[in-house]
Amino acid sequence: MSASIEITNVTKHYGALSVLDDISLSIKAGEFVVFLGPSGCGKSTLLRMIAGLEDVTAGTISVADRRVDTLPPGKRGVAMVFQSYALYPHMTVAQNMSFGLENIGLPKPEIERRVSQAAATLEIAHLLDRKPAKLSGGQRQRVAIGRAIVKEPKAFLFDEPLSNLDAALRGRTRLELAQLHARLGSTMIFVTHDQVEAMTLADRIVIMHNRKIEQIGTPMEIYRRPASRFVAGFVGSPAMNFVPLTSVTSNGGTINIGTSGLGDIHAAFHLPSGFSPDGASLGIRAEDVTVLPAGQTGIALKAEVVERLGDRTLIYGHLSDGTKLTAETDGRSEARGGDTLQIALDTTAIHLFDAAGTAHHSEGD
Amino acid sequence: MAESYRRSQWSNGLFILPYLSVFIVLLVFPLFWGAWLSLHKVDLFGPGRFVGLGNYARVLADPVFLQALRNSIVFVLVSVPSLVVLGLFLALALNKTTRTTSFLRGLFFSSSVLSVTIVTLIWRFVFIPGDGLLAVISEQFGVQPVNFLSTSGWSLFSVGVATVWWCIGLPMMLFLAALQQIPNDLYEAAALDNASPWRVLKRVTLPSIARTIMLVTIIQIVMQFQLFGQAQLMTNGGPNGTSRPLVMYIYEVGFVRWDVGKAAAASEFLFLIILVAAMAQYVVSSRKSEASE
Ligand SMILES: Nc1ncnc2c1ncn2[C@@H]1O[C@H](COP(=O)(O)OP(=O)(O)O)[C@@H](O)[C@H]1O
Ligand SMILES: [Mg+2]
Repeated sequence: MSASIEITNVTKHYGALSVLDDISLSIKAGEFVVFLGPSGCGKSTLLRMIAGLEDVTAGTISVADRRVDTLPPGKRGVAMVFQSYALYPHMTVAQNMSFGLENIGLPKPEIERRVSQAAATLEIAHLLDRKPAKLSGGQRQRVAIGRAIVKEPKAFLFDEPLSNLDAALRGRTRLELAQLHARLGSTMIFVTHDQVEAMTLADRIVIMHNRKIEQIGTPMEIYRRPASRFVAGFVGSPAMNFVPLTSVTSNGGTINIGTSGLGDIHAAFHLPSGFSPDGASLGIRAEDVTVLPAGQTGIALKAEVVERLGDRTLIYGHLSDGTKLTAETDGRSEARGGDTLQIALDTTAIHLFDAAGTAHHSEGD
Repeated sequence: MAESYRRSQWSNGLFILPYLSVFIVLLVFPLFWGAWLSLHKVDLFGPGRFVGLGNYARVLADPVFLQALRNSIVFVLVSVPSLVVLGLFLALALNKTTRTTSFLRGLFFSSSVLSVTIVTLIWRFVFIPGDGLLAVISEQFGVQPVNFLSTSGWSLFSVGVATVWWCIGLPMMLFLAALQQIPNDLYEAAALDNASPWRVLKRVTLPSIARTIMLVTIIQIVMQFQLFGQAQLMTNGGPNGTSRPLVMYIYEVGFVRWDVGKAAAASEFLFLIILVAAMAQYVVSSRKSEASE
């Protein structure tokens, strides 16, 4: 029932506006892939091209090794869950779910079997005779998913399906989607701009930015080894700290990194020979910045705002040269805004980004 | 707080006062005056004499009234469905924004701004025997031309054609407005659901605009029962009264023969018909929309 999806050199223009540029991506059967990126980067457009709701300007799309980009939406064997749910307002829940099956001439008993099975799975059996207007947001969401499930599609496409739910319901539905994927084993593509959804649901995340794919990888790869400065800054909360470089000197497997705010740092790196400090920056996550106990001397950080989250404390401050930096420490920290703290970096968790944004990772970990 | 809220509601009412007074003077007052007139024998000379329901009895016994009533009902039964179906068809066809569709929308709506005199002039050119457009065309094909405006049956039909042409703009625009309210993702969902164009129309589009279809139908029933100018100018009700509608009967009785009481009684019948039609449609439409929620 699940199928691989192959996207090859796909380009999309709206008139003179170029939205996607030469995108290639292969998705394995049964994989849960999340398209993650800022609003307007073309995630929905790519998803809608797979669904057949937008034409491709150039390139090909295949589902289960069959080229589909010339087929109408209904013939591609995919089901889509819309952000707005797009339930037919004048049909009951049961009619909403069976409409697509009636259209392909499935026998009535089979339609009824599938609808009642999906309704049981999604716990919406008691809602089958209601119209969408009489349902809550969460219930509509389930009906929209039910309408996709009954088609037994080769792949499920979700366009920000959780964004209209309140926070608690969003968390629960996220979990249920993961369970649904585990049970059905279908290929699923999920579009979101929410990195928590991406990190928790995805087998692989596709980070999109500026008409291109920035990186494809497992959530941990994306988080630990971001391919570019954009990815590093987009994924993770609080966002990664960036400190400009003043010099880089290599000696064998280790390098000396000169910065004005952090001083000189010694770390294990294999940089390409042409790496230039001009426009380059050092990146480090807040969790890899340690606040030293009183009495120890490290790098001075002047705290501006202290955010207590209970289990941990975030300290937003600036270095001696004014560069902003965020440090994370434990929940019992007594630091206050205005304090000058001493910090240390975990040099195995450092990333370097050249002027073009390409990442290099410390060899340490 | 409740007090100030109530006060503000009353002061809001002041804004509609000017309209309300005009409404009462020009509509509610004539309504009662008409009812009063219909119970009196009134003519040009002297005050009325109370005759009870005498005028109503005279109207119902008048074969000319019954003929006009029949004409009006036939006219409504044919022209209203034509306007609804054709208006819907045009709206469906023009429900995209391209330069051509905007132009065509404007074109089809433009007839609505013409006065009845111009409309009838235009259609007289089409229907008139001898030099009329249809006469010329049928002669080209060697067919004996029909004398549209003075043949029983054809005369009312011709008035109907001119009326549909004149009135089509409003239904089309109302349907277009309703169609544009339908979220596009419903159509995308239907495309993914393999729905044929016919199924989409029946299961998605039409249910979504059911209220507008009802509204257009009511408006057109009310309007087409008031047919007058086109019939007066194109056929003058002829031949033999076969294209004389109710309003023309009222006009002739009241202002040609000055039997004002009888004309008022006939008007009350017309008022009743329109009221019943509107109420019936209203009841149907409110029941329908309840079921769809
Ligand atoms: N029908 C359209 N016509 C013109 N531009 C469009 C159209 N649809 C989307 N776009 C543009 O394409 C870009 C990508 O849109 P979209 O795929 O919806 O982004 P995302 O889903 O990542 O937020 C946006 O800049 C948007 O303005
Ligand atoms: Mg989107």
